[in-house]
Amino acid sequence: MGKIYDKIRNLDRRVVFLFIALAVIIPLLYAVRFPEFPTPMAKGVFDHIERMPEGSRVLISFDYDPASEPELEPMAIAWMRHCSIKKFKIYIMALWPLGQNMAQGAIKRVILKDFPNYKYGIDYVNIGYKSGGQGVINVILTDFEKLYPVDVTNRPLKSFPLFKEANSLKSMDLIINISAGTPGLKEWIQFGSDPAGTPIIGGSTAVQAPQLYPYHPKQILGLLGGLKAAAEYEKLLGDKYPQYSDVKLNKGRMRMGAQAIAHIVIMAFIIIGNLTFFIDRARGAKKG
Amino acid sequence: MKGKLKKIIILAIIFGLPAVIGIVQMARGKVLYTSFGQALGTWFGAFLTLAIVSFLYDDNPLYRFSEALFIGVSAAYWMVMGFWTVLIPNLFGRLTPWLVSSIIEGLEGKKPNYFYLIPLIFGILLLMRLSSKFGWISRWALAFIVGTTAGLNFVQYAISDFTEQVKGSIIPLITLNGGKFSILGTFSNTVLFLGIICGLIYFFFSVEHKGFFGVASRIGIWILMISFGASFGFTVMGRIALLVGRVEFLLYDWLGLTPGM
Repeated sequence: MGKIYDKIRNLDRRVVFLFIALAVIIPLLYAVRFPEFPTPMAKGVFDHIERMPEGSRVLISFDYDPASEPELEPMAIAWMRHCSIKKFKIYIMALWPLGQNMAQGAIKRVILKDFPNYKYGIDYVNIGYKSGGQGVINVILTDFEKLYPVDVTNRPLKSFPLFKEANSLKSMDLIINISAGTPGLKEWIQFGSDPAGTPIIGGSTAVQAPQLYPYHPKQILGLLGGLKAAAEYEKLLGDKYPQYSDVKLNKGRMRMGAQAIAHIVIMAFIIIGNLTFFIDRARGAKKG
Repeated sequence: MKGKLKKIIILAIIFGLPAVIGIVQMARGKVLYTSFGQALGTWFGAFLTLAIVSFLYDDNPLYRFSEALFIGVSAAYWMVMGFWTVLIPNLFGRLTPWLVSSIIEGLEGKKPNYFYLIPLIFGILLLMRLSSKFGWISRWALAFIVGTTAGLNFVQYAISDFTEQVKGSIIPLITLNGGKFSILGTFSNTVLFLGIICGLIYFFFSVEHKGFFGVASRIGIWILMISFGASFGFTVMGRIALLVGRVEFLLYDWLGLTPGM
């Protein structure tokens, strides 16, 4: 018994990595899934978009890169689907250099595939990336063209009907930000939503989420924090629009099985670590 | 020598075993590539993923190669993106429209805007940093950037992160839901109110933490610990999600081990 205890006490960290790897690989191989129960926060975000009228102007900023794609892509896809179903006018941009590519991927997977009637420049537009973080938001608050003379295809913004209708952040009905750090949701609240008075909802990496919750509900309408919230949103979208209810179309829900099992393994290791700590302390007290 | 051999064997297993599975799966027709480029990209992506993950076992040259490659490619990508999405349309498109009219639509016959000479000069000043003799000149441009950012941030931080946050903390302790008393809402608001007060008292050092202040600061530290715990939990969730994404790429896209869904 003492030997096993000593082995656990001095466990090589690589054994922990091995367990975590198995906890992720096995559920992915066997497609382990659990039911999703959406939280009031995810429902609030979903309901807000659901209530908005057809033709509402929505700006989506893709402020993430491939490093955080597994967490943020599912919510980006779900929002693109939801906005397209609702026939919103979608303005797409990025404050991260690779965000532009993430946006192109989402357009390809959602608009070009499922909404062939959506016309570029009339129903949606991708104006791409500009460097400057909060400086960019500060400028587009009043005029997109000052900073974005052209879109990603190098055509002037003026040539698109979308920018004849609305040419500033103030004229948007909703800002959606998908954020992996700085510049991201915090900057959009500070420099975009607050001064413009335009409602904002956001999706962030789980790491970032605790810093952003204090802005809810006064400064941000809702926040999807990490993969779990993305899976909840996918569930809500699938329940309302059955064409998206298939799990295969929802990467967030597909990944949550492995995520949950890995969490259980981590919790088990935390309990084991605490037990050894208390046993050590009790032994020390007896000796001393 | 024994340790080195063990390391080589383990690294060979980390890279070799999945590669063998990948080859077998390709031979079985379980993985289909549309082009040679796609196959090469997938295999190289898998190699880089395994090289990065191999650091969890021990530091090794393959990990260092992948790390250096990632940094190099990222820096180059940022530079290229900056050139084509910022310099070309925003600077040259306005300063020398005739020069870029073949790339950007709608610039034919447009007059140059010489105001953009200012950012061009500032940009050149920044690049002087590369010179050991004239490096000090870059401080002028840097000072402009720091000053502008500080001024811009100061105002917005004061509004969004101070006054708006204070406003957001002033909430009714007793809440009603549809005209009826809400237990959950009242509980939530009370916890928020007490949490803020106790958390602030913990950082208030002008009074000795005894008696009422002692109890309140003790509750304050508990509130802080709970929030740190929540942050840790979220961090774990985020990191695992990234791992799931990578493993999904290795299993499904590279090895073709997609389960029958």
